[in-house]
Amino acid sequence: MAVQSYTFDGLELECGARLGPVTLAYETWGTLNAAKDNAVLVLHALTGDSHATSLGLPGEEKGWWENIVGPGKAVDTDRWFVICSNVLGGCRGSTGPATPRPDTGKPWGLELPLLGIRDMVAAQDLLVTHLGIPRLAAVIGGSMGGMQALAWLVTRPERLDAAVVLATAARHSPQQIAFHEVGRQAVMADPDWADGAYYEGEVPARGLSVARMVGHITYMSDKSMAQKFGRQRLGHGAKFSFQTDFEVEGYLRYRGDSFVKRFDANSYLYITKAVDDFDAFDPPLKVRPTGQGPRVLVASFISDWLYPVYQGREIAQQCQQAGFATSFAEIESTWGHDAFLLETERLGRLVRGFLERPEERS
Amino acid sequence: MSDFQRALRAIAALVPEGSRVLDLGCGDGSLLALLKRERHCSGQGIEINSEAIVSCVSKGLEVIQGDVESGLKALPTGSLDVVILNQSVQELRNVDGVLLDALRVGRQAVVGFPNFAHWSVRLQVGFLGRTPVTPGLPFEWYETPNLHFFSLKDFEHWCERRNVRIVRKLFLDGERRVRLFPNLCARDGVYLIEKRA
Repeated sequence: MAVQSYTFDGLELECGARLGPVTLAYETWGTLNAAKDNAVLVLHALTGDSHATSLGLPGEEKGWWENIVGPGKAVDTDRWFVICSNVLGGCRGSTGPATPRPDTGKPWGLELPLLGIRDMVAAQDLLVTHLGIPRLAAVIGGSMGGMQALAWLVTRPERLDAAVVLATAARHSPQQIAFHEVGRQAVMADPDWADGAYYEGEVPARGLSVARMVGHITYMSDKSMAQKFGRQRLGHGAKFSFQTDFEVEGYLRYRGDSFVKRFDANSYLYITKAVDDFDAFDPPLKVRPTGQGPRVLVASFISDWLYPVYQGREIAQQCQQAGFATSFAEIESTWGHDAFLLETERLGRLVRGFLERPEERS
Repeated sequence: MSDFQRALRAIAALVPEGSRVLDLGCGDGSLLALLKRERHCSGQGIEINSEAIVSCVSKGLEVIQGDVESGLKALPTGSLDVVILNQSVQELRNVDGVLLDALRVGRQAVVGFPNFAHWSVRLQVGFLGRTPVTPGLPFEWYETPNLHFFSLKDFEHWCERRNVRIVRKLFLDGERRVRLFPNLCARDGVYLIEKRA
């Protein structure tokens, strides 16, 4: 389905400011049933968008979770009504720093109040209500999407039957914050960034591209990089230069350059800050009678050094202690953090089995 | 019904109705599912095998992927009614530590294991001079995951030494209950135990 949008008055943000009006861009697949109890909200990662999957129409771009979401897939759109929206603070149709301010008509830039993961979820909650859905069958996401799933679980357990939390942490470690800070500093050190007021001139392309290059390194693993690139050189004559000598260099530059074309640098700053600031279990969860509330599935990937397995295990432990019926899986993969997008065979079976409603199991 | 399922039923019968259970090394979750369905237990499993995790999750069970020895350590004292170790004790490195920890976390424990003093085992060791391969101990010595080989008497000896009370016990030869000379005739023993006050 084509990208749609929903605009509402606004919302109170975690930081205390009020932001409005707010628009969320979203896509849906499948059909909401008469009981309105088959809705699954898919939550995207740092730089994703509402296009989780495609309908395979001519010329239509593939979705970022095509292997998991679709007809007959793990999140089966023949069965579930699937919703995916671009996050608040994003730049793919939802309100973010590039959106014109209602009062001046000029882009918000750094005047946009700071946003949190819980704010993204509060906006999604309004969208879900707008779509006439009293209660979601599940929320599911990886990486920053996993954080949003956790935020749904801790702030709105009564609105969910299940949460799937993949390849993420309850809070960022200093190492994770550090990688984000390198990315932000790369953007902010670019003279074209102009304190965020670049919308009428050149975009800070060099800075944002470096930020994306660093990001990509953290999404891969030593092994997946060795398999993908080895020490292959790009054949352009000179043996040693500061051109792109190695394939991996060419790949990173390419990823950096193509990212700049589709992503707003200020959005990158706001969203990475929201991720760094998030702490799912602060304030601590109220302990509920065992087994009440949403079921929870947490999974981590073995070669993911950005969100190591122990962080997933901690999430599972906290959820369990809070009384949620919780399962935890660690999935073998050599893909690093990207595994939640690529290692879809076992993940798919796990998610499909988990989403099955308890009363519908044989 | 297979031998396996009959044995599971026999084990399930030892678990008090409505207990909160933890199944250590729960495999594909067959026992947990049975306990939930027929004994109205609430429960969770710990299992190391990835495919088994998929099976458990697909059965709607709660399961944590990890190893038994460290999984138990993370749990608070007295947080469960029954901790189950069915056919997993013989594979543990630290049997003594895990069994005692099971009785710390759970009020009671159910322990099921293959009896190393079954006559078929004795025959193979005694007459053939070979490490036994039996239905209950189906592995050659060079590929077995089992680290410990012990008999019903050995286990009861451990209970005595560790001040553990045997609440109920059950001896099986495949699907069949064994009542006479269990240490010779039973392939498996299942014990419900608790710490003596």
